Amino acid sequence: MGAGNRAGTPACFWAGRQKGIRSIVSIVTAPTLSHYLVLGAILFAISMAGIFLNRKNVIILLMAIELMLLAVNLNFISFSHYLNDISGQVFVFFILTVAAAESAIGLAILVLLFRNVGSIDVEDLDRLKG
Amino acid sequence: MTTPALLFYFFAAILVFAGLRVITARNPVHSALWLVLAFFTAAAHWLLLQAEFLAIVLVLVYVGAVMVLFLFVIMMLDVNYEHLRRHFRSYLPVGATVGILVLVEMALVLVGSYVKPVVATTGTAAGTDNTRTLGMVLYTDYVYAFEIAAVILLVAIVAAIALTHRKRKETRYQNPGEQVKVRARDRLRVLSMPSEKQEG
Repeated sequence: MGAGNRAGTPACFWAGRQKGIRSIVSIVTAPTLSHYLVLGAILFAISMAGIFLNRKNVIILLMAIELMLLAVNLNFISFSHYLNDISGQVFVFFILTVAAAESAIGLAILVLLFRNVGSIDVEDLDRLKG
Repeated sequence: MTTPALLFYFFAAILVFAGLRVITARNPVHSALWLVLAFFTAAAHWLLLQAEFLAIVLVLVYVGAVMVLFLFVIMMLDVNYEHLRRHFRSYLPVGATVGILVLVEMALVLVGSYVKPVVATTGTAAGTDNTRTLGMVLYTDYVYAFEIAAVILLVAIVAAIALTHRKRKETRYQNPGEQVKVRARDRLRVLSMPSEKQEG
């Protein structure tokens, strides 16, 4: 199926697609690797749309980044489970560590920003514009 | 439908709904609480994937520490959140477009390559649990990365405190350096003055 998809002609392309769609329908009941990958993709897309929607509020931006990291971690753990490799979980461990540090520093910067500027609107942060 | 499949779809629905509410909630406190729900359901997914240690770490660290920090900051700052949302509707088309575009791109990739069902494995060898397996790898193969992660956490602590710490002018405090450096003649001054004769 993978070879059919990589071929350039549209006929092969659509044949691969229909085969893919049929196999999705056939395995819709049991959660497989692709189920978790699609769930991670949906979460990632939601958080990316959230960054565009709430582009003024820094707090919601930070929360959308946390949601994005959660989607990535879900992908890592599902790969780790289905490919039987513990390294994915080690990566998630380090991502959690770095993300906790990042959100702590980010919120500290946010508090400092509010103390100095009096607002957390991204559009008010134009001091370097000159 | 087997029980894991039912649980997967149940938790996936909650997770997607909570994610949507995080980015659309009117009040940031509600956003943070929906994010807590998202973390809990993600932890349930990780339990389904037999990553027990990381699931409990997610609940303890994220729900217990990071989200509490978020709520603390939201409640501490006196911000007019309605004012920040005034262009929300005008940003809706481009945001939805980008989200759907990313979703379609990822769906094309995933349907093409990964739809072939990979055989689910038990994840860990028989007789060992997830935490022990993770620890065995973490303290041998990844020990340098583990130490670097510890240093990163230390740097984060120092940076967060240094950024937000504010020295108050009216606070009285001791300076240990000055206290150690003090000499006897700074504290006690011996005067030579003639003693007075007592009358009578």
